[in-house]
This record gives sequence, C-alpha cells and structure tokens, in this order.
Amino acid sequence: MNRYTYRTAILEVVLILAAVVFISPLVVLLSVALRDGSGDVGFLGFTWPLNFGNFATAWTESAMGASLINSAVITISSVALIVLLASTAAYTLARKTRRWSRGVFYLFLAGFLFPGQLAMLPLYLWFASLGLVGSPVAVIAINVGGFLPFAIFLYATFLRDLPRDYEEAATIDGASPGRTFVAIVFPLLRPITGTIVILAGLAIWNDFFTPLLYLSGSNSSTAPLSVYSFVSLYGANWPLVFSALIISVIPILIAYFLMQRFIIRGFASGLKG
Amino acid sequence: MTEVLNNPATAEAAERRPSRPRPAKPGPSHGPRTPTWFVVPAIVVYALIVLWPNIQGLFYSFTDWDGLGTSWSFVGIDNFFDVLGDPNTLRAIGNTFLITIVVTVFQNLIGLLLALGLNTSVKSRYVLRLVFFLPVVLTPIVAGFLWKYLLSPTGTVNEFLGSVGLGWAQQDWLGNPDLVVYSICAAIVWQGAGYSMVIFLAGLQGVPDDVLEAAAIDGAGSFRRTVSIVLPLINGAIVINVLLTLISTLKQFDTVFAMTKGGPSGASETMATIVYKTAFTYLQYPTALAQGVVLTIIVGVIAFGQFRLTQRRGELS
Repeated sequence: MNRYTYRTAILEVVLILAAVVFISPLVVLLSVALRDGSGDVGFLGFTWPLNFGNFATAWTESAMGASLINSAVITISSVALIVLLASTAAYTLARKTRRWSRGVFYLFLAGFLFPGQLAMLPLYLWFASLGLVGSPVAVIAINVGGFLPFAIFLYATFLRDLPRDYEEAATIDGASPGRTFVAIVFPLLRPITGTIVILAGLAIWNDFFTPLLYLSGSNSSTAPLSVYSFVSLYGANWPLVFSALIISVIPILIAYFLMQRFIIRGFASGLKG
Repeated sequence: MTEVLNNPATAEAAERRPSRPRPAKPGPSHGPRTPTWFVVPAIVVYALIVLWPNIQGLFYSFTDWDGLGTSWSFVGIDNFFDVLGDPNTLRAIGNTFLITIVVTVFQNLIGLLLALGLNTSVKSRYVLRLVFFLPVVLTPIVAGFLWKYLLSPTGTVNEFLGSVGLGWAQQDWLGNPDLVVYSICAAIVWQGAGYSMVIFLAGLQGVPDDVLEAAAIDGAGSFRRTVSIVLPLINGAIVINVLLTLISTLKQFDTVFAMTKGGPSGASETMATIVYKTAFTYLQYPTALAQGVVLTIIVGVIAFGQFRLTQRRGELS
C-alpha cells in the first residue's frame, strides 16, 4: 500500500494543482495589497516594484495596532477564564456522582442547543443597562458563557476516564482538595486544556459578531471589527483594504506556522469527545 | 446526608467540614473529595449569559415587549404569525437551508477527497495539509471581504475567465440574485474544506492497513476498496463532519455579512443576518425574538440529534 508508484505520482500532481487553486485567493490578497492601485495587471499579477506603502497607510489609518492589542487582551482573558471555570466545574461534576451533579452537567450540555440569536437581544439590553456596551468586559463575559458547555464537556469526558489514584495518593498525603486540583489534576488535564486554548482562542480572536454588537464605535475595537470599519470607509480602495486585512491576520498566520501540528491536531481531536 | 444533597450550598458546608481523611471505600462514588463550590462560578456565568437570556427571549417572544422591560402584554403567537407570514423571513429561512445543504455536501465531499488523497504515500502530504488547512484559521470576515473582491464584476474570477477565453461565462457573481447564494457557498466551502479534511484524516488513521491489503490481494481495485471498506470504517468521522457543518452553516453570519450584507435586496439574507437586522437596524424586538426562537428550534433539533448520535456511538464502542 505504501509504495510510490506512477499512480501515486499522478495523485501527487493532482493534489498539488488543487493546492494551487486553494492558495490562489491568498496570492491575490497579497498581490492586490502590493499594487499601485492603478492599471490592469491580470488576475494574479504583481506590479513591480512592490508597493509597501499601502501597508503603512492601512496601519495608521485603521489604528490596527490598538485593535490587535484589544483582540489579544479579550482573547487571552476569555480563554484563561474558560479554562479556569470549566476545569474546576468539570472536575467536581465528573467526580461527584450525585443526582444534582449529573443534572448540572446536562444543564451545561443544553448550551449546545442554543445558537445565541435568541439570547442576543435580552443580553444586549441587560449589558446596556449595566453601562457595559462599549466595554470588553461584555465581550469577554459572552465568550466565556458561550464556550463553557463545550469546555466542560471536553474536560468532564476526559476526567471520567482518568484514574483517581494520583488524587487519592495526594489526599492520603494530606493535600487539601484545592491543592490536589492545582498540583495533580490540572496538570493531567493538559491535552484537553491545549485543545480548548486552540479552538476557543482562534474562534474568539476571529469572532466578528459579538464585537460588532458591543464594541462598534468604541475605542476597544478588535481586529476583525476594525477590518469591517476600515472596509466601510475605504471600500473601493482594494489595495489599502487588502493591506489592512493582511495586517489583521498576521498574528494568526504566525501562530499557525509556528504551531501547525498542534493546531491541526486540536481541530481533529476536539470533536471526538 | 441524602436530604441535603440537592442543595449545593448545604452540601458545600458539609463537604468543607474540617475532616480526617475519609477511609477510602471501593466503588466509583467514593473518590477523593471534590469541592462543591468549584462548580459555582461556572454555573453563575452560564446562568447569566446563556440560560437566563434565552428564557427571557423565549418569554418576550410571546409579548409586544419594546425592550424597556416596563410595559408589555401577551400577544400569544402573533409574533410567530408575523415571522412565518413575512416573505423576507421565509426567504431567509429558505436561503439558510439552501446554503447549509450546498455547503454540507461540497465541503464534506472535497474534504473527503483531499483526505483520501493525503492519506497515501504522496511525498508532499504534510505541506499540502498545511495549505488546505490554512483557510480554516483565517478570520471569516477577512475571507468574506477577500471573496467579495474575487467575485466582484471586475474581480479575479471574471478576469481569469476572460484571460482563458471563457469570457461568456463571466457573471456578476454577487449582484445576480439567482447566483449570489451559490457564490457565498463557494467562499464558505473554501474556508471549511480543510476542517472536514483533518477530521476525515483522523478517521482514516483508524483504518487498518492489513484489511486493505487483504482486499487488494483479493483483487479489489482502489475505488472498490474505498467505497466498500474505507467509507464504512470512517462512518463516525462522516457523521461528525456532516453534523458539524450543518450546525456551523445554519448559524453562519460573518461571511454573508462581509460579502453581501444579505443583498442584493435581500437575495442572500440568512436567518442569522435577518435576526441581527430586525433587532438592531429595524428595532423590531418582538419580531427579532420570534425569529430567534425559530432559529433556535432549527439548530436545537439538529444539535440534539448530534448529541444523541455521538452518545449512541459511545455506547457501542
């Protein structure tokens, strides 16, 4: 099965052609961003010399630097809270075999059933009454609430298969339950924590809808929201718009190329639970 | 102790009583003590952000609530009559289903073919996997704007068609009401195919080589082996992929909003974009809530099916 025959070679060529088709939109993205903004240069044409001026203009005009920092703050705090709340809750829910703990677990699972559009309006008006529209706090809270069912489900499924021997040994040695969790259980959860950090982190960084509702026009705009505002202003100037698009995704691309195996494995495994 | 168990607060007090280590008892219900209060912060956040707003939304969808919360009266199912009698909402529901079906079929078909191709001894398979998966990590709104350009009247797709002598095939991909939905599907499939691919690849790793070799020795060609042996063996990955695509596409907002905002004149409106507009552009709160209930029912039924299916598979394996 694993020999490299002429049929494998044909397959390889077909796949490489498919990859060229897949990557071509991104080549267009780059070539348009590096254009002068004038002239017909064909469908994949780069204009020479490459014009990096669009990037400088887009960077200052879109205030993307501040937005990237806001995105990072929102993503990191959301993911940290998701991991903290979900791992502790799942530990208790997986280890207790009382009726209430099972009920609470299913209550969390019910969260999978709600797409969010129904809660959107009551939630928005509630945050508005608290004066939190325009504040990253609202976005972080919604991210955390939205990801808890998924994270608790992954942690609890993993914990149920995890032997309790280490915890029992720690308890016998006199460790408090809190200490046992911090020193013994949480480190054992690392594979799940990794999956959650990747899936939730990427989804939150890329999220557009919640920032659109809560951060439009505020000075806490995230990168995707700034892209949207920038396109509303400069919609016809594609070289400038594409420069802003590229700047906004540079952090993801760096993370992707540095941790690609880890990220792909996270996506492939996160859903098997 | 049994009578206090349903009350987390009391149970918590009982758990926290300073205690000698409990004698270890056999059986699954007597592990080390886990602090009950551990679950409280998650429950509070979840109740405030997810449960309560959904209950509120469901409740107010039967009223003429104006968002101020002070004055409202029950109007029964009038809002639902409005929603299901409104041609724009019906079109949005139709578009949502159309996009969902087209994307689910093509994204999974392409993902499966790519996975089958990469699950061989092709030399460039790791680089190719990296390329096919790259769109998955891209911000959907960025991908949406990129495709808006590609499919614009003077965009890359039309330029390409013109330069290879297929000028007659040029279209206003996003301006033609009959085409726009399919153009959006193309962008979504481009972004998602790599996701389906990696789940199929994970499934393919569980297909034992010796079974395939035995079939090859028995004279089964590669197509026959794929259909008769591989596909049944990766049934689980297929189910997960299909349900995952169904649910994420039903809720799709970002790509549509970036590419067309639902236009031209509502031709590409979906449930997610119409709920947003009804609430925040037209400020028709009760209608938006009723639309939200309809979307929740559609997504909820499919998500529940997914949950039952994965549970049943769990019992079997």
